Amino acid sequence: MKLLQPNKYFWQGNEACVEGAITAGCRFFAGYPITPASEISEHMAKQLPRISGIAIQMEDEMASVGAIIGASWAGAKAMTATSGPGFSLMQEFIGYAFMTETPCVIVDVQRTGPSTGQATKCGQGDVMQSRWGTHGDYSAIVLSPNSVQEMFTLTVRAFNLAEKYRTPVILLSDETITHMREQITVPPLDSVKIINRKKPRAGETAFFGSEETAPMPAVDEGFNVAVTGSTHDEYGTRFTADPVVHRKLVESLNNKIRNHTEEISDFEDCNIEDCQISIISYGCTSRAVYEAVEKAEAKGVKTGYVRLKTIWPFPEKIIRKLAEKADKIIVPELNLGQIYYEVERASKGLAKVIPLNKIGGGELITPEELLAKILKEAEKND
Amino acid sequence: MTETFSIRKYLRDLKLPFCPGCGIFTIMNTFLRAVHELGYEDLSKFVFCSGIGCSSWICSPYFKADSIHTPHGRSIPVATGMKLFHPDRDVVIFGGDGDIVGIGLSHFIHAARRNLDALVIMVNNMVYGMTGGQVAPTTPFKTKTTTTPYGSFEQPLDAARLATTAGACYSARWTTAHPKELRESIKKAIQMNGFRFIEVVSQCPTAYGRRAGFKNVGEMLKWFKEDAIQIQQVEKMSRRELEGKIVIGEFVERRRPTIVENVYAMIKDVQTHGR
Repeated sequence: MKLLQPNKYFWQGNEACVEGAITAGCRFFAGYPITPASEISEHMAKQLPRISGIAIQMEDEMASVGAIIGASWAGAKAMTATSGPGFSLMQEFIGYAFMTETPCVIVDVQRTGPSTGQATKCGQGDVMQSRWGTHGDYSAIVLSPNSVQEMFTLTVRAFNLAEKYRTPVILLSDETITHMREQITVPPLDSVKIINRKKPRAGETAFFGSEETAPMPAVDEGFNVAVTGSTHDEYGTRFTADPVVHRKLVESLNNKIRNHTEEISDFEDCNIEDCQISIISYGCTSRAVYEAVEKAEAKGVKTGYVRLKTIWPFPEKIIRKLAEKADKIIVPELNLGQIYYEVERASKGLAKVIPLNKIGGGELITPEELLAKILKEAEKND
Repeated sequence: MTETFSIRKYLRDLKLPFCPGCGIFTIMNTFLRAVHELGYEDLSKFVFCSGIGCSSWICSPYFKADSIHTPHGRSIPVATGMKLFHPDRDVVIFGGDGDIVGIGLSHFIHAARRNLDALVIMVNNMVYGMTGGQVAPTTPFKTKTTTTPYGSFEQPLDAARLATTAGACYSARWTTAHPKELRESIKKAIQMNGFRFIEVVSQCPTAYGRRAGFKNVGEMLKWFKEDAIQIQQVEKMSRRELEGKIVIGEFVERRRPTIVENVYAMIKDVQTHGR
């Protein structure tokens, strides 16, 4: 079957996500219809059978994540896609995937919440849910694309991180980024870095709870692997009461990610060495930053920015560095303040952190609004 | 002729956690005996999937096999993804009544509808046993449980009949007092294709029996024997005569194209004809 050719394409964000997933090796998709993520299911259903992959519509979002976890243990790279209400339902299995170290990718195309909210309108209200949505102690890897191009490249990266660390990875996008159309460049496929999970050698028996990421067998490979979401030792044997086994397992699973924060973190930055005002943004909101910064500079205000491509684990180092340089940090978000608090925590009082929030109707923060805020804060002497 | 058979060859070297007198011992023994009689020297032909509850522990991690122990009620979706991507192995799902037809009911109906290639063995102890004896969707009317201290005020669900209606290729109900019939039923189901469902009414002396007024395990088994009605007799009986009875037997046995057959036929078609 003909695979994707290197070329320039004019794609919708959701379409680019599917092509990125397939490029990364995704061969199993399960989903449940929800605006604004349904195009991912539709495009997967069209593309996967052509390359011997499987796409299925399940009865709900819980079943969708369940199916991709089952497929992952059968050896597949697997993905699901949803929006806020479905993402809430998926939290049960996200914790399970973390606990069982099951690589998989979950795309959350954010819309306006809480609850059904405004189903077709853009929002950024799931940032904290993507970090803390499931119960218990865990660490999340969450990526945030801000263009159709990044819907492709960050989906590939989401699979690579999932395979490398054997953990669920969340691609936290939003309605604006996934529904807009842009030209994107698909590079030659052999130039795209692809990571595959580490497989066990014959005779190996320890498949769980290593800070260095244990090898993962598939069912049917003769390893008699026992997978459980209950507390277990490295062999998969359940220990429902032992405090030592629990501490060792859960600490290892968290350290597996936390110890690699630097490696996982990815961001774009500009003028951070010499700025009075700085902007920290992510996703659709970051699209207004470029123009606002350019215009602020033209008016003589030294302005810089950091744009987060990974939100979790939170890149504290760069925020701290920025806080040392800038007087003020503005955090624009399409919510009532979520990453703002993280920035305030990480900047340790070295800079004044100012939120710029907007919700409802899918209205974005415009470059003009952001510029006005920059100029106002530059003038104010506090 | 003395036949020597031990289920140990199929088990990991772990201590079983079930209460004395639990029906799970009979079901575990019967399943493995059926596997043995079919000539499997190990469990490498199978992948096991289970949810949360006592009976979900039958296979995980005690069976020496690949097993996936999922969140509560979610064994069927996990098995669906696994089976679709890797159709070579036979999927067997163990679960309780709360797991399969309580929290997991939607998945159960959809799996029967789409004819998922899997055998579901549901241990129906009529109660949430692991959590201490709360009312279940299968608890008989007026039975006292910890959350129905004055007796249950709901009608129980007939899972074997529901599976039949939803499209299962095989559906049967037995009790732990009918191990021979159960064994033959498991052997037949393992050799069939599509969605297969076997419900086993089972005694939970700890969380059900003592509150429901049974003095010991023997009394519960006596109940199963005396109140069991063969499905062939049901037609001749009035609704009143059937009240409180346990209908046992094979509810359906048929052949339908399975989801694995349908999906792979579609893929072949798409790749051959480009549509």
